[in-house]
Amino acid sequence: MLFWTIIKVSFKSLQANKLRTFLAMLGIIIGVGAVISMLALGAGAKNQVMERITAMGTNLLVVSPGGDRRGGVRAGSRESLTIKDAQEIRDTIDGIAAISPLVRGREQVTYFNENVNTTITGTASTYLEIRNFEMEKGRGFTVMEEDHTSRVAILGANTAELLFKNQNPLGERIRIKNINFKVIGVLKEKGDQGWFNPDEIVVVPYPVAMKQLFGQPHLDEIDIKANTDADLTQVEEDVTALLRKRHRIMEDAENDFHVRNQAEIIDMASTFTRTFTILLGGIAGISLVVGGIGIMNIMLVTVTERTREIGVRKAIGAKDRDILRQFLLEAILISAIGGILGIVFGFTVAYAIKQFTEYQTVIETFSIMLALTVSASVGIFFGFYPAFRAAKLDPIAALRYE
Amino acid sequence: MMLETQNLQKTYQLGEATVTALAGVNIAIDEGEMVAITGPSGSGKSTLMHILGCLDTPDGGKYILAGEDISSLSKDRLATIRNRKIGFVFQFFNLLPRISAIENVELPLLYAGKKETRSMAIQALETVGLKDRMTHEPNQLSGGQRQRVAVARAIVTNPAIILADEPTGNLDSKTGDEILSLFQRLNEEGRTIIVVTHDDYVSRHCGRQIRFRDGKVEEGY
Repeated sequence: MLFWTIIKVSFKSLQANKLRTFLAMLGIIIGVGAVISMLALGAGAKNQVMERITAMGTNLLVVSPGGDRRGGVRAGSRESLTIKDAQEIRDTIDGIAAISPLVRGREQVTYFNENVNTTITGTASTYLEIRNFEMEKGRGFTVMEEDHTSRVAILGANTAELLFKNQNPLGERIRIKNINFKVIGVLKEKGDQGWFNPDEIVVVPYPVAMKQLFGQPHLDEIDIKANTDADLTQVEEDVTALLRKRHRIMEDAENDFHVRNQAEIIDMASTFTRTFTILLGGIAGISLVVGGIGIMNIMLVTVTERTREIGVRKAIGAKDRDILRQFLLEAILISAIGGILGIVFGFTVAYAIKQFTEYQTVIETFSIMLALTVSASVGIFFGFYPAFRAAKLDPIAALRYE
Repeated sequence: MMLETQNLQKTYQLGEATVTALAGVNIAIDEGEMVAITGPSGSGKSTLMHILGCLDTPDGGKYILAGEDISSLSKDRLATIRNRKIGFVFQFFNLLPRISAIENVELPLLYAGKKETRSMAIQALETVGLKDRMTHEPNQLSGGQRQRVAVARAIVTNPAIILADEPTGNLDSKTGDEILSLFQRLNEEGRTIIVVTHDDYVSRHCGRQIRFRDGKVEEGY
């Protein structure tokens, strides 16, 4: 029989039982909708995490004192990194765009009667570039100010807001540990990164931080930004080798420092978001299967109900495969239309999640293809058995069926 | 000879008991005949009709329809024979609901893979005098009209035989007469018609009667 005729016949029989058809579709609509919106949620979470990681700076290596983590405890001294280490890395290793020694500590910062307890970060002038900070107003400090242990400070967006409200902080003097610092710049807002809020800091030159604020000769961190065309792993190896040599670490001894590679963090984050996506998608997938079983149920009922019709069709010349095709197509139509409505539903849910919650959603073409393929397969898979039963009916018995 | 059976046999297994439905049936029907197959229920006339209609196959013997031996063909082949060579008319009309009269008539042509289905269906409906009702659905038609649509569906493929199973059994006597005279007119136009019935009134309108008893053709017919 001609393809279009079968389609028409199938449509007619679906139309004849609108409510039943809709209920059979509902399972697929919800299933596909769930897959689309859950995968969108997963993709959104991935984007969000990647954005935050990029905000911390790209091509970034972070060297911290103390060895690799072992059961949650770092081995080795917490005071192993020095300014000399940083200088030698800068001078001898290829592929480095910028480097900044770093010290940090929590201190009380006051401006007249406003005060805030926040992280003071002592860095080189290159820090803002390494960590992708941009200026809201004012300027960063210069190498000159660094060398002269100038008492200048750059405020994070939140810190500026807390201390100065609507007042312009530029040129004002704040007090950290009873030492006056002149505010020369305010950073642009970056957004909370979960474990650390870059908008709540105060950045000062590292020499003044080490000598006057914290009184410590060692560094808390060395931040390295590699050239965009540099091999980050190679730079990491070079830094490790250099520091082992400088720290006179024996061949088989553990490092007394730790190098974190941005790529590792991205890897870790992708693994996490992938697990998250698979979990969500899997749960949604189960509802698709349940939807398929619903279609099978309805198709079995339909076949029984239309036994006589099948008998008539066979009597006037329908072959088994004509009957099989007809009922299979009906099942596929239910799931395909359900799939399309499900995509619309999924889009709506994803949009609603984006609008009304703090979660991001991103609908990927891949998930639409997946949902369509799966729903059509569900139609074929769960439609086959009822269609097969219909095709195998004995025409005489079917004609006698009341 | 339009159709011929030689020593046709068919038995059924009903639980423990074996029921002989056909015990060696020999009949021959010429082209252009209108034959009634009669007999009490259980005489085997329904079984014969199923075999003649290619809905069933015999256990033994031969059935030759329009020169072709079809005693042992595959299911698909039988479906094709039903489609091309046989036109069924049933007691309960057996039209498909929710599609129009003309679409019902077109159906056998669609399974035959024909292209000009619409014009052929219109012609068939014209023959049975229902051209003005062709867009109606079965439930908008009277019993007699429904049976006419069924007849149109049976003749649309121009089959070798028309096989009618109690075609007036579900109609009042007036519309029954109309259907009978329709069959007679089709017969006069040269069509071979076999009517299976237990109604003497119907069989008397046929040119010849084949009476069944206990799975055999009764002597004298």
